[in-house]
Amino acid sequence: MNDIISLNHISKSYQGQSVFSDLCLSIPKGEFTAITAPSGYGKTTLLRLLMELEKPDGGTITGLTGQKKSAVFQEDRLCENLSSLTNIRLTASKSDETHILTAMEQIGLYDCAKKKVSELSGGMKRRVAILRALLADYDILFLDEPFKGLDKDTKDLVIKYTGQHITGKTVIFTTHVHSEISALHVKNTISLPELSGH
Amino acid sequence: MISIINHNSNSTKIKGWSVLFWLAVWEIASRLLGQSLLLASPLTVIKRLAVLAVTTPFWQSILFSLLRIIGGFLCGVLFGTLLAIFAVNHTKFEELIAPLILLIKTIPVASFIILVLIFISSKNLSVMISFLMVLPIVYTNVRNGILETDRNLLEMASVFSLSRFKKFRYIYVPQVFPYFQSACSVCLGLAFKSGIAAEVIGIPTGSIGEHLYNAKIYLNTPDLFAWTLVIVLLSLTLEKLLLALLHVCMTYIERG
Repeated sequence: MNDIISLNHISKSYQGQSVFSDLCLSIPKGEFTAITAPSGYGKTTLLRLLMELEKPDGGTITGLTGQKKSAVFQEDRLCENLSSLTNIRLTASKSDETHILTAMEQIGLYDCAKKKVSELSGGMKRRVAILRALLADYDILFLDEPFKGLDKDTKDLVIKYTGQHITGKTVIFTTHVHSEISALHVKNTISLPELSGH
Repeated sequence: MISIINHNSNSTKIKGWSVLFWLAVWEIASRLLGQSLLLASPLTVIKRLAVLAVTTPFWQSILFSLLRIIGGFLCGVLFGTLLAIFAVNHTKFEELIAPLILLIKTIPVASFIILVLIFISSKNLSVMISFLMVLPIVYTNVRNGILETDRNLLEMASVFSLSRFKKFRYIYVPQVFPYFQSACSVCLGLAFKSGIAAEVIGIPTGSIGEHLYNAKIYLNTPDLFAWTLVIVLLSLTLEKLLLALLHVCMTYIERG
């Protein structure tokens, strides 16, 4: 059972409100899995459980031990007072500066490596957050609505770059935009409403 | 996000003309009174300062007080920061020292000075007093800074399994530094005022406080004003230096 992440009879509730009850789910490792659901169906909760930021109220999750994680959160979660280069270097597997600078240029981030994150636009911050996740040393990558807030052209560019850099890795991706799923050639799609019985 | 450059942004700028106005008021008042013993004129004070400034004891006194007050200040900053870091990680310890910190904060400085004088020599009194004034403020500010650290960033650090060093250096330090910075700039002035007050009460030989005390005994306002001017100048210069130093630290921290 080493090649899947499996959620067994998971239940989770917040302040008496049940998000999941008896959720069973298998996510294959080394593949790209998309989780789709409209807002409020627990996509982020599911990711938080998988990222081990929260513990389930009941049930078990197996297949995560020893896995190095990386993530693009719904928020950028960057260190605002530090430069974008420092932010990326913080988690990067290769801290080589030219390597990072080349990657930044490939997703349209020019001349902002030394700029503080707080001075960047929303779309630029988003791309720094995406690059930080992609350049990290990871086994599992979590993408929680990663392309939200990017304009059309930038989004195409970033999706293309992302697609090229995640082959062979376990990627868990949440979105409610179906065009993103097809653009990334996602193999497995899990629809949460069907599973959680809403 | 807390803006790093928030120092003095709301305070009114001191204009040259208003300073001249109040100097003139001072000069007129002293002439009207006609008693240079009771109210020395600005000119008398400057002249007196010029006389004092060429004597060795003048500089020795400055050195004496300066070293002790700065010593107490630095110890306070160091211990306050260490205590805060320790307290955040050990709730029981935090609860244990909470009454002490509150006590130090609320006890009037004069009571402290008298109390401390019973136990230690007046020579090093100002070290202890400025230390005690600085400690609780630095402790409280740094502790609040640590507690206010963005939870989202801490979660990010946990997902990426950042090392303890990276978490400290890149998440805690940049976020806590503004709190540390504002505590330091408040505390330096406080350390000076309380340190000198301690010297006036304890009268250690060769301190600035001793000169102030003598000025009081002999009703010597030119000396009193001259020494006060020295204290103000020292305090302002040091604050400027400290802010410049903190700014350099901030630039270093942000450069990454």
